Amino acid sequence: MDFSLSTETLEFRRTIRDIVQRTVTPEVIDRMHTTGTFASPELNAELGRHGFLERAVPGLGKGDPIELWVLFNELEKAGAPYDGPAVALMIAGVVNALGTDEQKARILPSIISGEAMVAMGYSEADYGSDVASIKTRAVKDGDEWVINGSKMWTTMAQAARWLILLTRTDPDLPKHKGLTMFLLPMDTPGITVEPVHTLGTEVTNATYFDDVRVGDEAVLGGVNNGWRTMTTVLAFERGVMGGSNAAVPLLRHFHDWAAAEGLLANDVVRERLARSVIDMQVAALLTQRSAWIAASGGMPGLEGSMTKVFAAEAYQRISRWCQQMAGPAGLLQFHEAGAAGEGFVEYDARHSPVVTIYGGTTEINRNNIAERHLGLPKSR
Amino acid sequence: MTVDLGLSTDQEAIADLFGGFFAKESPTTVARAAEPFGFDAGLWAKLVELGAPGMGSPVGIGGGGASLSDLVVVAEALGRAIAPVPLIEHLAAALLLTDADVVAGEAIATVAVRPTDADGLWRLVPAGAVADVVVGVDGDELVAVRSEPPMVAPRNHAAAPLADRSARTGQRTVLGPAVEFVPVLDRWKVLTSAALVGIADAAMALGVQYVMDRQQFGVPIGSFQAVQHGLADLPVMIDGGRLLTHKAAWAIDSGEVGINDWALNDITDGSTLASMAYVFTTDGAALATDRSLHYHGGYGFSEEYDIQLYYRRARGWSLVLDDPSVECLALADRLFGAREA
Repeated sequence: MDFSLSTETLEFRRTIRDIVQRTVTPEVIDRMHTTGTFASPELNAELGRHGFLERAVPGLGKGDPIELWVLFNELEKAGAPYDGPAVALMIAGVVNALGTDEQKARILPSIISGEAMVAMGYSEADYGSDVASIKTRAVKDGDEWVINGSKMWTTMAQAARWLILLTRTDPDLPKHKGLTMFLLPMDTPGITVEPVHTLGTEVTNATYFDDVRVGDEAVLGGVNNGWRTMTTVLAFERGVMGGSNAAVPLLRHFHDWAAAEGLLANDVVRERLARSVIDMQVAALLTQRSAWIAASGGMPGLEGSMTKVFAAEAYQRISRWCQQMAGPAGLLQFHEAGAAGEGFVEYDARHSPVVTIYGGTTEINRNNIAERHLGLPKSR
Repeated sequence: MTVDLGLSTDQEAIADLFGGFFAKESPTTVARAAEPFGFDAGLWAKLVELGAPGMGSPVGIGGGGASLSDLVVVAEALGRAIAPVPLIEHLAAALLLTDADVVAGEAIATVAVRPTDADGLWRLVPAGAVADVVVGVDGDELVAVRSEPPMVAPRNHAAAPLADRSARTGQRTVLGPAVEFVPVLDRWKVLTSAALVGIADAAMALGVQYVMDRQQFGVPIGSFQAVQHGLADLPVMIDGGRLLTHKAAWAIDSGEVGINDWALNDITDGSTLASMAYVFTTDGAALATDRSLHYHGGYGFSEEYDIQLYYRRARGWSLVLDDPSVECLALADRLFGAREA
């Protein structure tokens, strides 16, 4: 095996580190935690200006999955808000793979320039893991589709230009067959966004659709073909784009605080930090493997499930350890005097519960591994 | 040079060759028959015919010139078969030995993974019961000591041919200062990690097979989600361990001075990665054998089923070095700097 990055990729990485250093300032991070909108327009625009977003979209530009991995791994390790560009690029990849020429021309430029963000509308109040059972309806009316229903967890809908929306178009077909994906502008009349406040500060949303009218140009990937579009999205989401090294910035914050407090003399602290570094290295290697599989022409869906289960649980374990090791200082929030790791220790303890839930729960991923990797019978 | 996380064509051939060899010559009946001593001289002789003991030695002295990455593939195959032969110890020790009988495998070499005690004894040396040559640290020197192997081992958890060996009696050669032992021990850690990956992989396969065969309530127990999810944790530990072990071998083979930038998760130092792989695969092998044994129910606890053979070796093959927590503390020194006095 060869684990070395090419000279070109190293140069790419150096430039990203540079951009992050310049744009993701402590003020930007602080603004994220104050507003609950985890995005940095400065960062997105700068990545767009360098052509890095276009270059990283699968199938577009250079489309090198190793670079895609490097981009998001660097953003994640730096503690930069990367969900915005990650979702946008994921959707750009799907538009590029399944969209019409008209859709590509209309939608892609706004995404790869870094200006437009995308919200994802899949889950509903009553359908999360069982997403193929969703009820939001799209009904054909002449040349138009009329959409009614509601979606949960539409993160970034308050700031996004585009919405990717999973709907039911044929209730008489088996549940996976009667779905259609739409990609529509967020400012289409009839869409209402209501904030949902979370434990991890980031604001997500409930989004309501009341006689929302769009034409065929909004259908992405074909009528009643929504499940295939969905699996294409998920393969990207669980594969390469962040979500595996969340504990790296936490470890930096904790380590620096612990060093100043004299805690690094403690064997328990040293052992846990060493084990944490091992887990983050393994998580990075697993993600790198997904990127390599994609670069070799494969589809790393199953490997993505394995990586997500491991990385999410490792991050939860590490954030719990860091908070415990910090003692009462691990309870103190941002801007409070004496807060461990400048408040990040407390923040990560609040944020980490979500990672085994979103983007496919660990139970759904374990089902995938059991069925598709181990060959065990379907259990539901 | 760029990322390539597959085996090379040569390594695929090595995997086929040794996978086939161990499947044919070392089914678990061989490991059972070798208990409690843990050494099968006939199997070793067959490895000697294959040229395996000299694989990693330089071509100029009759070796195969294989890289550590190539040997990792061999060690994983050995672990999968829990083969009762000291090939890992021999391949690690051979790094510093040029004796023709060692390269040929006519003499068995091993590694004293911990330094001598006050009496000049290496305690519980892996393969110490069968090795003709022991390489290890005695005081501030790295030495190779050739002496008669005891051919008897204390009965132990892993049925491993462990023995105490003296660093001061026999034919003693000073190889260099103690610090020169580091690459030998790194090699042993990497190859042991690979063997632990093999153990974990085989244990998982036994577990999956069993839960598909075993019927309760009229269905295979492998159709129950509680059982499935316990097994679903294993592939990632195995794949993660394999990647980390290969990365350590890659770093060592490169011969370059790597970096230990844990703060950006950029780690390319061979010794550091060897230590990380050893800790991670120790956990992975323990987890895989625990879970698999458990899903065998009462039969997993019986001697008749093979999973117990893997369970005991998963612990024994790694614990001969020390408590993995001790390795973690050494790793912490590398990563964060030595503790302030």
